[in-house]
Amino acid sequence: MIETPSVDWFALSPTLALLGAAGVALMVAVLLPPWMRKGVSAATAFVGFVLAAGLAGYVFDQSPTAEALIGESMTRDRLAALTQVILGVTGAVVVLVSWAERRRAGHGEYYALLATAGAGMVFFVGAGNLMTLFLGLEWFSLCLYVLVAFDADRAASLEASLKYLIVGGFGSAVLLFGSALVYGATGELGFSQIAAAGAGDDAFLVAGLAMILAGLAFKVSAAPFHMWTPDVYEGAPTSVTAFMSAATKAAAMVVTLRLLVTAFPEESDIWTIAVAVLACVSLVWGNLGALAQRDLKRLLAYSSISHAGFLLIAVAAASERGTEALLYYLVPYSAMSVGAFAVVAARERELGKAVTLESLAGLGWERPLYGVSMWIFMLGFAGFPLTGGLFGKLFVFSAAYDSGDWWLVLVGVAATMVSLAYYLNVVRWMYMRSGVELRLAPAGGSPPYDPALATAVGAAVFVTVGSFFAAQPILDLAADAAASLPF
Amino acid sequence: MLTTFLILLPLVGALVVAALPLPRTATAGLAFLVALMEVGLWIVAAARFDFDDGGLQLGTSREWVESLGISYSVGFYGFSIWLAGVTVIVSAAAIGYALWVGRDRPRAYHALMLFLTAAVVATFAAQDLLLFYVSFEAMLIPLYVLIGVWGGARRQAATLTFVVYTMVGSLLMLASVVAFGVTQGTFSLVDSGTSDNVWIFLGFAIAFAVKAPLFPFHGWLPLAYREAPVEVAAVLSAIVSKTAIYGFLRIGLPKFPEPVDDLTVPILVLAATGLVYGSVLAFRAPDLRGIVAYSSMAQMGLITLGVFAGNDLGIDGAVLQSVAHALISASMFLLVGMVERRCGTGELDGLGGMARGRPVLATVLLAAGVIALAVPGSATFAGEFLIIAGVYEQGWGYAAIAALGIVLAAMYTLRLISAVLHVRPGPAVRDEALDLRSGEVALVLPLVVCLLVLSAWPALVSQSSFADDRPAQVLAEGFPR
Repeated sequence: MIETPSVDWFALSPTLALLGAAGVALMVAVLLPPWMRKGVSAATAFVGFVLAAGLAGYVFDQSPTAEALIGESMTRDRLAALTQVILGVTGAVVVLVSWAERRRAGHGEYYALLATAGAGMVFFVGAGNLMTLFLGLEWFSLCLYVLVAFDADRAASLEASLKYLIVGGFGSAVLLFGSALVYGATGELGFSQIAAAGAGDDAFLVAGLAMILAGLAFKVSAAPFHMWTPDVYEGAPTSVTAFMSAATKAAAMVVTLRLLVTAFPEESDIWTIAVAVLACVSLVWGNLGALAQRDLKRLLAYSSISHAGFLLIAVAAASERGTEALLYYLVPYSAMSVGAFAVVAARERELGKAVTLESLAGLGWERPLYGVSMWIFMLGFAGFPLTGGLFGKLFVFSAAYDSGDWWLVLVGVAATMVSLAYYLNVVRWMYMRSGVELRLAPAGGSPPYDPALATAVGAAVFVTVGSFFAAQPILDLAADAAASLPF
Repeated sequence: MLTTFLILLPLVGALVVAALPLPRTATAGLAFLVALMEVGLWIVAAARFDFDDGGLQLGTSREWVESLGISYSVGFYGFSIWLAGVTVIVSAAAIGYALWVGRDRPRAYHALMLFLTAAVVATFAAQDLLLFYVSFEAMLIPLYVLIGVWGGARRQAATLTFVVYTMVGSLLMLASVVAFGVTQGTFSLVDSGTSDNVWIFLGFAIAFAVKAPLFPFHGWLPLAYREAPVEVAAVLSAIVSKTAIYGFLRIGLPKFPEPVDDLTVPILVLAATGLVYGSVLAFRAPDLRGIVAYSSMAQMGLITLGVFAGNDLGIDGAVLQSVAHALISASMFLLVGMVERRCGTGELDGLGGMARGRPVLATVLLAAGVIALAVPGSATFAGEFLIIAGVYEQGWGYAAIAALGIVLAAMYTLRLISAVLHVRPGPAVRDEALDLRSGEVALVLPLVVCLLVLSAWPALVSQSSFADDRPAQVLAEGFPR
């Protein structure tokens, strides 16, 4: 008889909740009459995400010290649990954003895939060895490939999915190859065992580390591994884009940090420089690229690349303070990201075509709630006060300054200056040009009443602004989570 | 607590004004009422304020982000309560003017004006570096929209240059805030010590120099002051610019004694250059707003001379002059707006001869103008005299240039007065252009009366601004708790 490791079902419960929700949503797609499918499957996915967030919160509460699970392939700690809470809440809000998407069929499948992707991410952030890491990565990536192509009647959606599939597949292959090299150098797969093997500056190990980092950089869409981002964000259904920009980035960023800190502490002088370079390239490329965009989803895609740069500054700090900064930053960033894409979705549904800067004209005055919200998100992205974006940048900068990377602070400040040009340009188009002036009438009169989307936007505003005033409680949670990494 | 109320009242007012679907006039009236209540609240605060104490008063302090040493900590010193005083008075006048003119989209407009007021008051009250940064930046949000939406024909260019200049300054300041706060381990202005890092000081100095604006960081000024709605320009030049002076006095000089010592000469030279250059530009400007805008830049140069004179006379003079200039600049801009509304233009070529048949306009404009050009006996004369006497200790050359600046001020102010009131009636001045209405007088007159009071008793401000009236000592030893 084969000896099986004991399984800590409680630690896996967030993943299981989402998988369960996905299963129910799939059953719904088959068993219930068509008119009930959308409502029930959306509700199931929403409950799944909320349940996952709640369970993760409970795990957070019950896991003061980090534990390795299931033959040390998974980790139960507060870092994973806090990220899972962020992912769960993000997913729940994305369900609200998706609710009024105009789609004839496939509701059950859509929500099932969304919940499965969420389950994959929730699993991914708890990864404790290179195999579970790869498994989690592929798990949510495969779901996302399908979700991106979900509007199969739009060529752009299919094209985006194909690009994502090819580039993402390439990234995964690089990651896998890197894992193989690391295994070759150390004979170990577990993060802490790799560190314990003490292979030093072995060439295979360093090459493997570089390739794993590159593979993860594809997922966080850090330049120069970002090429897929604008096309995929533009082509994917907007609610899926919202999910990817917030959740994928959060999950991959936390895993990157965990992997680097737990598996490669000896090589930290190498990877901190590599990550700092990635951060700088992302900041430069993302911000300059965003300046040239007219399509709002592309603009936000480049903005997300530049935010990957800010988050990587926190990773490069390689300190407890950097981890706190990263986790704090993810909270307002996820909210602003989902919120901004939600407003884009609202405008898209209203006009029935892709949203460019021109088609934002007059939005601020015609739709005051969405206008003010978008304004807040743009100010938040740019790091203005009264939004969590300011504290995000402040914490990241102070972590970098604390680790002696003062030049990263200057790069970040310069990038923020450039970013103002396009963030404020959005505000300018919303408020300072009227739709009448440009003879741009909405497609079908007043927009459809969409309370779910309005709730999602309201929640995003609440988090964006609330994280400014309640910075300390969030930072306390982040500090608890950061304590589970060995610094 | 009173300070917190002073910040919260306009903030809550802004939310209420934005949320209530009232008719146009009622919205504007409500906003004006809030602004007047704010003035009343400030009077209560000033009455409770013990000017002999010299320490931080009416303050509140709450932990905000403990792990970094950031706190919500506000309160007033003598000089900052005076600056807050002119802020609430000028804001009330500006909001009253907007009510009188009837701006479009009044809910958004007045909410933003009240938000701006709250941000400026918070800047003057902030005793934590990050809170200072937050309020300093928060001023930009309403200003951006106020100019960009309600401004003149070239408003988009105006907002762009304004935002680019101020944000470049602000973000350099953010880098400095981070560097200063992390090195000190606290962001509190009361608890933190001094720093001898020139780069950190420069980050602050550039942000303040842009906001003031000081030469050569004034590129945004002509467009922004010309294109903004006139009452927004009034707020901008009267009180927003003074946040820079507050920054120099509260952060620049006390926290960076060595860098300030090293850089005093270049800063004084730039300030003196700005004073002369701004005055010449004001004298050459073809329109009313240009004159007032560039004169504001010249005055900021003069005030900076006083600040960096670094002695009792200079700093007292700078504070007095800041208060006086805020009142003058606000009344001049509002008067310019009233003239522009009557004639449809601010070009000097189109104006003239308005004194005939418009006695009230002539009287008020002349009174404000005469105080602006610093006739002996006026508050500005007292302020400028103190500044010149103070800066003389740094070198007689600066004093000579400052005196030249006063001569130039007389030239451009008299040019403005004569171009509006005297000479031949211009083509834009029609007989239908009436004298000032009583509502308009009611808005400008309080400002002028404040100026007259200050002229009669300049020591009211200049001697109560710092502990024991020893500003240089207070700045050198750090502000008392």
